[in-house]
Amino acid sequence: MRTIGLVALHVFRDSVRDKVLYSIVAFAVILMAVSYLIGQLTAGEDLKIIKDLGLAAMSLMGLFIAVFIGIGLIAREIDRRSIYAVLAKPVRRHELLLGKYIGLVGTLFVNLAVMALAYYLVLAYIGSTLSEAALKAASAPPTDPRLLLAVMMIGLELALVTALALFWSTFSSSALLSAGLTFGLYVAGQFGADLKNFEQVVKSPAAGLIGRALYYLLPNFAAFDIKTEVVHALPIQPGYLSLTAGYALIYIALLLTASVMIFARRDFK
Amino acid sequence: MHAIRTEGLTKHYSVGFWRSRPYVALDNLNLEVAAGEVFGFLGPNGAGKTTTLKLLMQLIFPTAGRAFILDRPVGDVAMRRHIGYLPENPTFYDNVSAEELLGYFAALFGYRGEERRRRVSTLLDEVGLGAERRLQLRKYSKGMIQRVGLAQALINDPDVVFLDEPMSGLDPIGRRDVRDIILRLRDRGATVFFSSHILGDAETLCNRVGIVAGGKLAASGSLAEMVPFRIRGWDLVLAGVTADAAAALAARGAAATAIGDSRYHVVLPSTASSEEAIALAKSVGAELVAINPVRDTLEDFFMAHVQQGPRRSFD
Repeated sequence: MRTIGLVALHVFRDSVRDKVLYSIVAFAVILMAVSYLIGQLTAGEDLKIIKDLGLAAMSLMGLFIAVFIGIGLIAREIDRRSIYAVLAKPVRRHELLLGKYIGLVGTLFVNLAVMALAYYLVLAYIGSTLSEAALKAASAPPTDPRLLLAVMMIGLELALVTALALFWSTFSSSALLSAGLTFGLYVAGQFGADLKNFEQVVKSPAAGLIGRALYYLLPNFAAFDIKTEVVHALPIQPGYLSLTAGYALIYIALLLTASVMIFARRDFK
Repeated sequence: MHAIRTEGLTKHYSVGFWRSRPYVALDNLNLEVAAGEVFGFLGPNGAGKTTTLKLLMQLIFPTAGRAFILDRPVGDVAMRRHIGYLPENPTFYDNVSAEELLGYFAALFGYRGEERRRRVSTLLDEVGLGAERRLQLRKYSKGMIQRVGLAQALINDPDVVFLDEPMSGLDPIGRRDVRDIILRLRDRGATVFFSSHILGDAETLCNRVGIVAGGKLAASGSLAEMVPFRIRGWDLVLAGVTADAAAALAARGAAATAIGDSRYHVVLPSTASSEEAIALAKSVGAELVAINPVRDTLEDFFMAHVQQGPRRSFD
């Protein structure tokens, strides 16, 4: 456990200083600020639009961090051969892999927290500019604590994306291919509900079966999207959040187990 | 106890995308290195040196055969507490400093607190990076990264050190520093196994060498056994050589080549003694600038074995 902790701390230290990371976080904050201007263009709905755009910016920028830095963790390390010196130390391969995963998820969560803080500051500022009547008319207060639920779901989603990125990079020697596969699965995973109902819209039973198999196999990223519910103050089914969190944790555990098994026998040519 | 032992170590790779075919990177390597030896693992590029080192570090897994370090299988993680490894052309993490990197590696070996700080500081001074210890590694030159690589290989005060092309990317001062470090390791009883295609390094450092070519061990043994170092002739540099004197040298069977400013490079056969060589220079009225015996070198031996290739062992 100590070794995993040491690797995680090192990954956090290295990746938190990555210039790409600062650019992505800065871009997210700018997007949130710009959402204020967009909100000005729409009558009445400005607060909801700002909330929605802010969460979308966090999700998108988090995805960039998870994919680009996540892929870099193993694929680039193999590509640049920096992994050689580490594996010659008293470090088991699974300790290195798990340490790297924890370190990157830690970096992601810290960045998500920074973005969430910026998000709440923007919302608080906008709230202070709204009239009493506008505030009363809004379905939820500007700094609604329920927004944090959406941020937590984004965090879980990103932890799953990171596990996926790590999984691809354990056997692909190309960082670009790993990034492409992760992005591809992320996009496919957004259409989980459509895959489930695929058999109802196609005539071929085989195609319907493939659609259903893919629904169960692919990570269902759409399940993490509760932006609409929190922005529009709609109720969330009881137990939905814990069920989704459980789904994410099981999927992550499966991906990490597969990654560890593949990584244990991999040749670093 | 053997520091390193391999038994029939073999590695095949599949090459080609559509019609993959096996490529023999290493074929039936049997090697023994005793504790305390400085062993040079020599061969041209692509001979199998790095493959052997990667197999010993378990970065790749053998197709056949076994390998042991300090009489323990190479897969034994606890054994790695006693070894150090410098990969060929190493790279590390861009956003950390040399001090942080070595601190991280030292922690992996269980060093803590003040002991860890002292170890890191001493090593950085030893490899000549004391002043740049807090600089991020992306600002380092290739030679500085090589020095960081060397420092991390020694962070645990190892009993066996594996160095893959340790002189690569270093300037003459850096090469001398690495030689000094290897000699210090030898003096304190550590085993050093280093790969190189630069034979001069092996001649100045090694007790024994192994020559690998085409994935096979072409020869191994002590330098004295492999290369008799017998005198094969004399190299002279003469100054103030006139046209008549040059003709006189040629008449006496000496191969003379003009190197400018009435200077000549003269080669005499091994049948001549050093006194005869000096007397020859005097007899033609030339000034003797330099006289050197021409000996067998490891390079001659290497060229003969790498080109002809039959397996031969001097052990």
